Amino acid sequence: MVEAILFYLFAAGVLVAGAQVIFRRNPIYGALSLVGCFFFLSGVYVLLGAHLIAILQILVYAGAVMVLFVFVIMLLNLKEEELGEQRITAWKGIGLAAVMVAAGVIAWRALGPAFPQGALVQAGRRVDNAVLIAGFGGVKAVGRTLYLASILPFEVTSLLLLVAVVAAVVVAKGKI
Amino acid sequence: MDFFHAHQAQHYLVLGALLFALGAAGVVLRRNAIIVLMSIELMLNAVNLTFLAFARFPLVANSPMGSFLSGHAAVFFVIATAAAEAAVGLAIIIAVFRSRTSVNVDEFDTLKL
Repeated sequence: MVEAILFYLFAAGVLVAGAQVIFRRNPIYGALSLVGCFFFLSGVYVLLGAHLIAILQILVYAGAVMVLFVFVIMLLNLKEEELGEQRITAWKGIGLAAVMVAAGVIAWRALGPAFPQGALVQAGRRVDNAVLIAGFGGVKAVGRTLYLASILPFEVTSLLLLVAVVAAVVVAKGKI
Repeated sequence: MDFFHAHQAQHYLVLGALLFALGAAGVVLRRNAIIVLMSIELMLNAVNLTFLAFARFPLVANSPMGSFLSGHAAVFFVIATAAAEAAVGLAIIIAVFRSRTSVNVDEFDTLKL
């Protein structure tokens, strides 16, 4: 019951903040709403038992990536007339609402049969363990998965980040 | 299907679908390149949420040891890739803004600077 209340609270926060991102005309409001959206989303991650990912969400997304966004928005320093007029008309809003209802209904109806009791039932017992195994989603368990099962992608990710940093500097700096 | 007993897989998957729809709408409807990038971040987070929902409520019983958290590993890689994507994307926006003095994606209509 507590989980249900928290889930609906966080879900409402995620959707309201996410809608603010695309409806606000000024990108700085959008960026700050996106930070709020990421915080609510990390709450949802905690409900799913993904504690390490929830912390990473706040550190990397809300901390690093969004600072980059806000920094660039302030660097560009757009004037009022450069923002352009509001492009989201009533018809686009209605279309968005229709798409969201359709996506929600499809996700609910199509995936409902796969999880008859909130989890897959196989051989008469719920596969989903109501009580998670100790350490699920913690640093140790996720670290073991990262370093044992997917060590190559992990190392390639570090290379990717290095390439991205160099590329960002090369592209953004006019003359090297 | 009790709607008010949350903490079922479908609740998280529906939230992920709605968030993805919001992000896709932002990419399609908005013309500000920065907001388009932020909408892409929204879509990536919707995918992350779906990964974590399936990691918590697995579809396969008795998944082998070491892979029951592979969804978390996938989310880790998505977060790292999203950080790289944001850095490069914002650098491109700055470079284009320098030559065009605009961030309107409708005006990005040439491959030559």
